[in-house]
Order: sequence, then structure tokens, then C-alpha cells
Amino acid sequence: MRASSLGLFRPGHSPLHRLRPGTKLLILLVLGAASVVTQHWWWAVAILILGSMLAYRVAGWGVRLWWLQLRPLWMLLAFTAVVHALTSGWQRSVADTGTIVVLVACAALVTLTTPTTALVDTVVRLAAPLSRFGLDPERVGLFLMVGIRCVPLVAGLAQQVREAQIARRATTSTRAFVVPLVVRSLREADALGEALVARGIDD
Amino acid sequence: MFNMILRVTENPVRRTPARDVAIIAVFAAITAALGLLPAIYLPVSPVPITAQTFGVILAGAVVGGRRAGASQLLFLALVALGLPLLAGGRGGIGVFVSPTVGFLVAFPIVAGLIGWATERVGAPYRLLPGLVVNTAFGIGVMYLFGWVGMMATTHLAPWAAIVALAPFLIGDALKVVIATLTAKGVHASYPGLLPSRTAPAVADPA
Amino acid sequence: MRIELERVSHTFGDGPTPRTVLRDVTLTLTERRIGVIGHNGSGKSTFLRLLNALIVPTSGRVLVDGLDTARDARELRRRIGFLFTDPDAQIIMPTVSEDIAFGLRRSGLSHEQVDARVRDLLVRFGLDAHAGHPAHLLSGGQKQLLALAAVLITEPLALVMDEPTTLLDLRNAAMIGRVVADLDQTVILATHHLDLLAGFDRVLVFHEGRVVADAAPAAAIASYRDLMDGER
Repeated sequence: MRASSLGLFRPGHSPLHRLRPGTKLLILLVLGAASVVTQHWWWAVAILILGSMLAYRVAGWGVRLWWLQLRPLWMLLAFTAVVHALTSGWQRSVADTGTIVVLVACAALVTLTTPTTALVDTVVRLAAPLSRFGLDPERVGLFLMVGIRCVPLVAGLAQQVREAQIARRATTSTRAFVVPLVVRSLREADALGEALVARGIDD
Repeated sequence: MFNMILRVTENPVRRTPARDVAIIAVFAAITAALGLLPAIYLPVSPVPITAQTFGVILAGAVVGGRRAGASQLLFLALVALGLPLLAGGRGGIGVFVSPTVGFLVAFPIVAGLIGWATERVGAPYRLLPGLVVNTAFGIGVMYLFGWVGMMATTHLAPWAAIVALAPFLIGDALKVVIATLTAKGVHASYPGLLPSRTAPAVADPA
Repeated sequence: MRIELERVSHTFGDGPTPRTVLRDVTLTLTERRIGVIGHNGSGKSTFLRLLNALIVPTSGRVLVDGLDTARDARELRRRIGFLFTDPDAQIIMPTVSEDIAFGLRRSGLSHEQVDARVRDLLVRFGLDAHAGHPAHLLSGGQKQLLALAAVLITEPLALVMDEPTTLLDLRNAAMIGRVVADLDQTVILATHHLDLLAGFDRVLVFHEGRVVADAAPAAAIASYRDLMDGER
């Protein structure tokens, strides 16, 4: 677990860092809607790809970080590109594969330039109108925060279970690892639930 | 040894909304922790097996439909907020426009469905019904969503999307079996999570 | 603060294996420093949870300043804070200052007021250098200080502490002991670190769900030792 920075955010002072999270999410939404149209022209998609690379420059990074966001997908992207090239021509291949590249790279850029807590605040604000439908935005925020808190908690338990397993020279089977992990997590959830009540969350 | 006929108590564990919040959050974190396990590569396929969907099935098979569905929804929200919780340390909203988006959307639905069905079957957890439920939803519904999501993002033909997804199937079949065995183990060491079957008697060999 | 237990009994589980953990306990507590000792499973933890309405007794009544824990749980928890053994289970928010502020979410205080209170507590407990850090990266002693700060932010009248030093080393246990001794609030402290009870007004010894000794620290600890010797 990357303990030092809980999240993918990378600090910086670029214009993209200073942009409000809500604005960035809106731009992303517009881009997603626009892609339905641009998908018909391969050159438009090519321009968008170059634009997304440029955006990484503006944020203070290079093409390397841009590629790092896409690398986990390269096999699927290659497969898609080849199948499209063989069945419907290279233009279609560039347009369809390129659209995925643009959207993934730009969405990752929002994550890279926005702290997690700022995004949580934005989500809670955006959820405010939903209170009319019985959804308490504060409750949404609480869920997100407790969730963020539980990640290192459970990761720590996983570490302890693993160590106990090694100490006892037990098998390394998945089941022998996950059963104690889940049981200990459930106990931890009981304690956390009690703490939530003690600290005033009982509604 | 004497066989005692006894009724297993209904929900012996106290239920509070706060405890549900904690269980939902903890199961979101378990799905995340399982994604951190090193991926396994089988010689027949270039696609690694990760334990992530294992967490989805397990949530449903352990804490019931409502809480399981909520836990996976929370997991996706945490991923969207930029925590690197998907296998391989991926995260951020980018993954929701990538070709595997269908699987992600399926996470809360599959967990909810498995949980719902598992509660219908009731306590004690049994392997055979568990295996049927987990396979039907954990593979059937999961792949239906995964397939549609793949076609929607890549515009691949249906057959091509199936070819792209097929390698994942080997690992997922394996995961369903292990997840079912794991759920059985969890229910044995932490009873009271499932409602007892309405059948009046349960034999206890103690 | 006046705490009254009237013929309180508590049993866990109504299934095939019910466990009675408290048996007909009647007590009136008015002292500022009250210690609770006893073996694991003697009923200490259940007793403490009754005071904060985390558990409602299966029979009998618990009254805190006249409030019945079965009816006025929410108001009661505003007056009495609870410190758990494992600070990890008590930390809710991701960062140190956010966790301290958590208790004031619905207090109606302004952002500035909340920030000022958080800063005061950070300085008081020497955590100011860690304000923005992830809470789970603190050391064990610091985590327990954080948990205490998070409870104190709501300015409770009394604090109930369930073995807050059991997971700490001796140095950190002594440090928490000093912090507890300096608190203005009423403190009800269960512990296995018997030296923390020096200077307490009253110490209760629990055994198998009953209060078997109720005296000043020295006398109570002596009878606790007798109890252990008798079992040997």
C-alpha cells in the first residue's frame, strides 16, 4: 500500500491544479459527449490525442506520465486497433481506439491534478440537490471518508494475516489468507461501528 | 454424542445503521486489498488473474445483498475519487471510460444479486447452492455487463468482444470456486450474518 | 456527575449459549476519578459500555445525572465521551485534523470555531506537526492521543476509558496516564496498568459479573491481588 500518499494526486501549481474540481469534471463530461461526434473523423481524434498530450505538458509533466496512464490497457487497445483495422479500415481503427486513449488520459489527468478530499467535497456539493429524493449528501460524504479510512485499516490487517501465516509456516493458499482477513475485518467493523455510535453517528 | 434440535436465533448480532456503515466500508476496503494481491499468470492466457472480482463475489456471499451492493458502490466511488485500488494500482475516473468499464458497473449489481440470493438460501451457508448462485451472477451477469461494456467502448463486433474477454474466463471460474469455499469458512467462524432458514430444525452434533 | 446503576444485569445472546456478563449490580458513583479493574471477561467492558448507552442492560436501569440510558442515549453520549482500547478502531477520518473535527460535524459551529478548537487540541497534545498527515501513520501513543483529542473536542463532562493503555508500551502508557490525570473531566478508567490508579478516588473490582470490592485504590488493588492468589 502506498501509505505516504493515499491516492493518485500529484501536487503542483499548474493552471490545471488551480482549476476548480467541478469545472474539471464538467470539461470531462463535455469531452465525453463530444467524442460521440468526433468519432466519425479520424483526424479529429488524432488532434484530440495530441491535445491530451499537450494538457499533460501544461500540468507540468511529460508524455511519459501520459503513457503511464494508458500502459495497463495497451493489450486491449492493441487488440481493438488490429480488429478494427482488419474489419473496417485504418481510419475507423484510429478513431475508435483513439477515443478511448483521449478519454482515459484526460480523466486520469483530473485525478492527477485534484486532491482526493477536494473531490469528496465536490461530490458532497454536487449531491446537495439529491436531498430532495431522500439522499443525505452529508451521509454520502461520511461513507466516502469512512471508506477512505478503511483502506489502510484493512491493508494493515492483510499484512498481519500474511505475517501470521508465514510465522506458522501455513499454506499460501488464497482461502487460508482470505478467511482470517475477512473475519478480522468483520470484527474491526464491529469496533468501528461502536466507535461511530460513541462519536455521535447513530441515526 | 446427542443430537440437539435447536432453532438458530434470528439475527443474534445487534444491528445498527452505524455498524452497517462500518461493514460496508470494510468490504469496500477488502475488495481493494484483494486487488493488491500479486496477479497470477496462467501459461494459456496473457491476461493475469487478479483477486478483485473475488472480493465482489465474497461481499455478496458474506454480508447480504443491501450491504454487499453498497460496499461495491462505495468501492467504485473510492476508485473514481482517485484511490489506486484497482488491480495493478489503477484508479481515477479514467477507468470508467476504459474497455473494462462493463465489469466495474457490474460490481455492485453482482454483489447485490449474490447477496440477495444467498440471503434467500439462508443460514447455514452451503457449498452447492453457493456455487450455483456465485457462478450464475459472478460469471453470468458479470460477463454480460463486461461484454456490453467492451462493445460500447471499443465498437468491436460481438464475436470480437467475446474473443477479447475469453481469456479472463479461466481465472474467473477458479475464483468462483475459491470464493465459495472462503464464504463457507467465514460463515463458520463468524455466524449470525445470514438469516436462518425457516426450516424448523438444525441438527447440532455438539 | 452522578451515575446510578439500579439492579443491573446483562446477558449477551438469546440463543443456545447466552452469556451473563453482569449480575445484579447496584452502584452510585459521584467521584471525579473512578478506576475499574478485573480479569478479562469479568464484566468491566460491559459496565463501561452501559454508561455510554452503547449497551442497554437486559434488566435494571442506568441513570446518568437522572438521564436513563435506555431512553436518552443521544443526549447522554453528548455528555460522556468514550475512549476505546484500540485507537485504530476509533479513528474515522483519513487525516489527523479531520478526525479531531469529526465530532463537531453537526454542532452548528462555524468553520473558524471548529478550526480554532482543533488547533488548541493539536497543540495541547503535541500533534500540531501531524495535522495534515494520514491518521493511520501515527505511532501507537500518538494514535491514542489523537483518539482522546477527538473525544475531547465535543467538550464532554465525563470520559469513560476502556483499557486505553493496554496496546501501548510502558513509556506511552505512562504518558497517557499523565494526560488523563490532568483532565478536568470526570474519568472512569478500566485498566490493567494498576499504577495508573494512584491518586484515584475510588476503585471497583469486577469478578464474574459482580463488584467484589469497592474501595480506595490501595485497598481495592490489595483485594484484587488476594482474588488472584486465591485462584492460584
